[in-house]
Amino acid sequence: MSSIRVINDKCTGCTLCVKVCPFGAITMVDKKAVIDLDKCTLCGACLDACRFNAIELKRESKKTENIDQYKGVWVFGEQKKGVIQPVVFELLGKARELAKNLDTQVSCVVLGHNIKDKAQELIYRGADNVYIVDNQKLEHFLDEPYTKILANLIRKHRPEILLSGATIIGRALIARVAVKLHAGLTADCTALDIDPKEKILLQTRPAFGGNIMATIITRNHRPQMATVRHKVMKEAAIDKTRKGKVIEENFDVTLLTSRTSILEVVEEVTSTINVSEADIIVSGGRGMRGPENFALLEELAKVLGAAVGASRAAVDSEWMPYSHQVGQTGKTVCPKLYIACGISGQIQHLVGMQSSEVIVAINQDPSAPIFGVATYGIVGDLFQVVPLLTKKFKETLKR
Amino acid sequence: MNIIVCIKQVPDTTQVRINPETNTLIREGVQSIINPFDMYAIEEGVRLKERFGGKTTVITMGPPQAEAALREAISLGCDDAVLVSDRAFAGSDTLATGYTLSMTIKKIKDFDIIVCGKQASDGDTAQVGPGIAAHLDIAQVTCVRKIDEFKDNQLTVERMTEEGFEIIKTRLPCLMTVVKEINSPRIPSLKGKMRAKSAVIPTWKGKDIEAQEEHLGLIGSPTQVVKIFTPPPRPKGQIFEGDAEDSASKLVGILKGIL
Repeated sequence: MSSIRVINDKCTGCTLCVKVCPFGAITMVDKKAVIDLDKCTLCGACLDACRFNAIELKRESKKTENIDQYKGVWVFGEQKKGVIQPVVFELLGKARELAKNLDTQVSCVVLGHNIKDKAQELIYRGADNVYIVDNQKLEHFLDEPYTKILANLIRKHRPEILLSGATIIGRALIARVAVKLHAGLTADCTALDIDPKEKILLQTRPAFGGNIMATIITRNHRPQMATVRHKVMKEAAIDKTRKGKVIEENFDVTLLTSRTSILEVVEEVTSTINVSEADIIVSGGRGMRGPENFALLEELAKVLGAAVGASRAAVDSEWMPYSHQVGQTGKTVCPKLYIACGISGQIQHLVGMQSSEVIVAINQDPSAPIFGVATYGIVGDLFQVVPLLTKKFKETLKR
Repeated sequence: MNIIVCIKQVPDTTQVRINPETNTLIREGVQSIINPFDMYAIEEGVRLKERFGGKTTVITMGPPQAEAALREAISLGCDDAVLVSDRAFAGSDTLATGYTLSMTIKKIKDFDIIVCGKQASDGDTAQVGPGIAAHLDIAQVTCVRKIDEFKDNQLTVERMTEEGFEIIKTRLPCLMTVVKEINSPRIPSLKGKMRAKSAVIPTWKGKDIEAQEEHLGLIGSPTQVVKIFTPPPRPKGQIFEGDAEDSASKLVGILKGIL
């Protein structure tokens, strides 16, 4: 049996634990915290809040306590500058499917400022409940307050599954939340399903640079948490007949304390579309011969509504900023269409893009390894081929 | 300023192949290397010491042979190294790994900054860095591409985002994960190589770091791998050669169907 107790010698009567307890299980008696064990769920929120290590929790069980009480599929509704990120709509589509299988509800939780008006679209896209946590200090992502608030909401509402985009924010946040909750977390999933017998989440992800796929489960802990790669799940369609609840969550302001602060947010992506979110990527490598020639790719990208990517060779030569780099030490992408121009296809590049749906390679050297993964290839001079493609796509797509 | 760099020894992913009959990784002949992102962490750990003074300690959790990775890190300028190795760690997922490394860091005790690579090339999770920070309950900044200044016990850094970067101020102690853009790693000096050769590297076991058994290895790992398989091979592509005009027309004709 697990147990929790207050170490009276250490308790200073500061009441921090009283404020954070999601279950109202702690009261102050004679300036010492007293835990009502009937109300306490051993969630551990008070341990995180206590600055004096005055609460001791012994977890004997290897399982999450009351595991059967965890219900529902949650999606972390990542927003930037008040805009819900596209990956959230992809996750809602998947979450609906999982929830149907489990006969449960889908909830989306959004932390931010002045974001209440976003709730309606999340409902149209599949959420049954939208939890809104609104505060000026939550306008931009901050690791610590976001962690504390999300962890507390999970303790309170007990979802069985939590999904987040495998974005820079998602990966920083959810890994931290998982530790706070002692939950299992699987990174960068590309497929999710429910095991028909055990009714648990089957999380499939690439490892070893996409050379193998692994299916991972979290049997004894809740929530089952996963970050999910962009662009692999189908975006949920808008259904304006859908109804749902919007719940504004209150929280204690002490949860807003942060040891980091944002001084400035700088956007530097040259094209309007960033590589990780793009449906189409036009990418260039050593064969581009110089930074000025990337203009050719940008013209093609513009016609296609694509982002411009680059190989490590092109980035190391400072032809393109690092934020555009695709590959092992850059970004892993899986767009619908990846057009590799003058990229030989070193394995370090391939591991970053080989799960793209359609790969087009344009290269002078017919023996270049990029042709090994290409769906379509053109052996030829890219300085001839790329402008031709731009011209022909322009005519065909009437752009 | 005392700096701890966490590294991982990984199989060189670029050499990993699958045995199609058994569906297992062919590890024979595959070299072990320091995780590529960790090379930038080592370099930044050494640069921080050079800029602000102090000591850089490199740690890794892994089998006994992971000591080679620590020696390489010393040759690149790290002062001390600790190997955390115990059979009880076997089967650790990212939660158990983060716990084990955080207990190791607690034993080292004296630290201002922990530097990790953004993610490891074998697992690609990017979870252990934030996990260590959470276990230690310290500030974290992921995907750092530049360290600007250090003033009043606060560090100003640039964090890479999908769209660009953010300038972030953080109190110490803090944990940073770094991306490639942050520096160009040096090559080992002759002096460094000699130090690496003679360095005495302690091996700490679970009991040395006062770890609770229930949080270690398989028992301490909520996640469990149930199936490993190879992704379906890509179908053989269609290659156009010859006249560029002709090839371009054919390609546009095919692609317009999927756009």
